[in-house]
Amino acid sequence: MWLWFHKLSSPPYAYRTAGLVRPWLFWPAVVLMIVGAIGGLLLAPEDYQQKDAFRIIYVHVPTAILSLSIYTVMAVGAAVGVIWRIKLAHAVAAACAPIGAWFTAVCLATGSIYGKPMWGTWWEWDPRLTSELILLFLYLGYMALRASFDDTQRADRASAILAIVGVVNVPIVKYSVVWWNSLHQGPSISKIAAPSIAGSMLWPLLVMLLAFALYVGAVVCDRLRAEILRRERNASWLSESVA
Amino acid sequence: MQSSVQTTPGLGKILMLVLARDLRLAVRHWDQVLQPLIFFVIVTTLFPLAISPALDELRKISPGVVWVAAMLASLLALESLFRPDVEDGTMEQWVLSGQPLSLLLLAKTGTHWLLTGLPLVLMAPIVGTALGMPQSVWPVLAATLALGTGSLSVLGAIGAALTVSVRRGSVLLALLVLPLEMPVLIFGARAVDLAMHGEPVAGPLNLLAALLLFFVSLGPFAMAAAMRISVES
Repeated sequence: MWLWFHKLSSPPYAYRTAGLVRPWLFWPAVVLMIVGAIGGLLLAPEDYQQKDAFRIIYVHVPTAILSLSIYTVMAVGAAVGVIWRIKLAHAVAAACAPIGAWFTAVCLATGSIYGKPMWGTWWEWDPRLTSELILLFLYLGYMALRASFDDTQRADRASAILAIVGVVNVPIVKYSVVWWNSLHQGPSISKIAAPSIAGSMLWPLLVMLLAFALYVGAVVCDRLRAEILRRERNASWLSESVA
Repeated sequence: MQSSVQTTPGLGKILMLVLARDLRLAVRHWDQVLQPLIFFVIVTTLFPLAISPALDELRKISPGVVWVAAMLASLLALESLFRPDVEDGTMEQWVLSGQPLSLLLLAKTGTHWLLTGLPLVLMAPIVGTALGMPQSVWPVLAATLALGTGSLSVLGAIGAALTVSVRRGSVLLALLVLPLEMPVLIFGARAVDLAMHGEPVAGPLNLLAALLLFFVSLGPFAMAAAMRISVES
């Protein structure tokens, strides 16, 4: 186990492994996305109340769940990088940030599109929406801090501290926002609280969730390879393997 | 070993020295200390101009306005919290001194609070009154700011330590720190709002105190780790 861990943390091995794993994540993701889209858009019955508009959950819910998981993965990667001084863990964290920010943005956008016909407004200061927005700010701050250092190692360690501070703060933000809103207005919470969902609607959602998760894995593999290429551009193993 | 024990002052003494030094520096540059406070007053003046001079309308938003202005003023003062010491090499000596860097930075953060947080606590009732806040709310407003600005100082100091070596880091500092500070804003402004409606405020005040304790106990380690990265290069 430890041997494997050490082996994986060497850039050449990780570069090759990520390249090997990537198609096994990407192509199943594509297939599952097609299956999920057919299931969600054609097979699933329309909601008796929300009609066809509910179908946006097949994009919205997976991105919402994954936006938080990606942040967690990023923070764990950053912590591993700081504690055991594994440079590759920092590279993983760096690879996670853009896709995480993008999923957060997609989640907000789809939620907003869903909100317009459902609640009659593009934006509602609902706890979930607000905490998702704050999560987007955290991602953007992380990427901005990383971009402001020229030296990769310092960028790694500084942004790692920010990611760790951020992940400690996420629950506080989450609950403070819930608490803040519970004083103000009740109905919007019940408006988007997930109703119990029928099996014919649920299975495409789970398929989509898996598809999106695999897709994230594939993207992170790609970005990780790009990060390794950038970081190891002067290494001899790289010039050998490219030549 | 024995001689080093004799020559090195104790930790408490060192913290007092750091505090005294920073306060003396502040007294000699008192105009720089005043700037965030003037900024606080100016920002709160903008709201009546932008929204309405009617006190009835201003009263509704006054807790939020005072709190947002306090947050921004605290942020403004952070820019110069560590920068002079890093630029003239003092911070490097601190990192090498063998004293716990986290406590030294916490002492510096304490000075930052004494120079920006405490004056804000004292000025906020005046500004609040100008926005139509009833006098009965003064103690609550002062209490929320006293507890909340402490958290703001600690969180801000983490951000300041991270960005101190970045050129033009002040915008970046705001980007990093403001999302983290949002819970403090929520509880602070909400407590004042509740007080204005005559409702009990113990809940949010307790939460503010809990946040302060949490940040003061864990924040210094993040500050020290961030400062080590910023100083070495």
